[in-house]
Amino acid sequence: MTVAIGFGVVAAIALLSAILVVRSPNLVHAVLWLGVTLIDTAVLYGMLGASFLAGVQVLLYVGGVVTLMVFGVMLTRRHDGLSVPAASGSPWRGALTAAVLFGVIAAAVMRSDLEHAPVAPTAGPPAVEALAASSQATTQAIGFELLSTHVLAFEVLSLLLLAAIIGAVVIARRRDHGALDQNARTEASS
Amino acid sequence: MTLSTSILLAAAMFSVGVYGLLTRRHAVAILLSVELMANAANLSFVAFSHFRGGATGQLFALFALAITVAEVAVGLALVLLLYRTYGDTRTDAAKELRG
Repeated sequence: MTVAIGFGVVAAIALLSAILVVRSPNLVHAVLWLGVTLIDTAVLYGMLGASFLAGVQVLLYVGGVVTLMVFGVMLTRRHDGLSVPAASGSPWRGALTAAVLFGVIAAAVMRSDLEHAPVAPTAGPPAVEALAASSQATTQAIGFELLSTHVLAFEVLSLLLLAAIIGAVVIARRRDHGALDQNARTEASS
Repeated sequence: MTLSTSILLAAAMFSVGVYGLLTRRHAVAILLSVELMANAANLSFVAFSHFRGGATGQLFALFALAITVAEVAVGLALVLLLYRTYGDTRTDAAKELRG
């Protein structure tokens, strides 16, 4: 009962802040509401037995992404003052599309009777399975699987992060820096 | 709190993200909507992992989280480039390829 009430409160906060993210006329407020949504999702992860993921969510998303977004807003505004208009278009087409999408997913969830579907047997070594069974030890299970079954994906992910960092630096670099370098080089050679 | 309600919450959050994606014109606001949608997808991964057993769902959510952060870094670099090229961060500003 308590869990149900708690879930209702957390879900209501999540939906409300999500709507404020897409409706807020001030862009800085929208970014901060996204922070509320992400923290709320971290609470949901905790309720769903994923405490490690909840910590990662707060560190990476709230600490990293929201800060990056605030920087993005602050670096790209033309006028002084705190208000950054977010420039929304006509809401009706978007609302209709979102409502139809939600209706289709909700109908599919209602018809598929998720609660009583048979549980698929989990693959993998039995030790990992036993660990995953208790919600306390999921962090340990994640660590085991990350460095045994999914070690290739883990390494590829680190390569992807490196590529993304280099790509971001190359894209956001000022073009005239290259020209300056060339000038310096021609001066040095002459 | 059941699997159905968790999935419904994730679906609602995803739909709100779709709404934002379609109505916003500011590039950073569009990125925010994409974040909302990725967050909803992660929530459904974790919900299935909790109610169906096994840590693979959480592992998948972890990978998706890292990829989303990389995407935000590249996306914000593109926003900066858009601002530097056109002096505006509205996506309507970039219309050179419009037929």
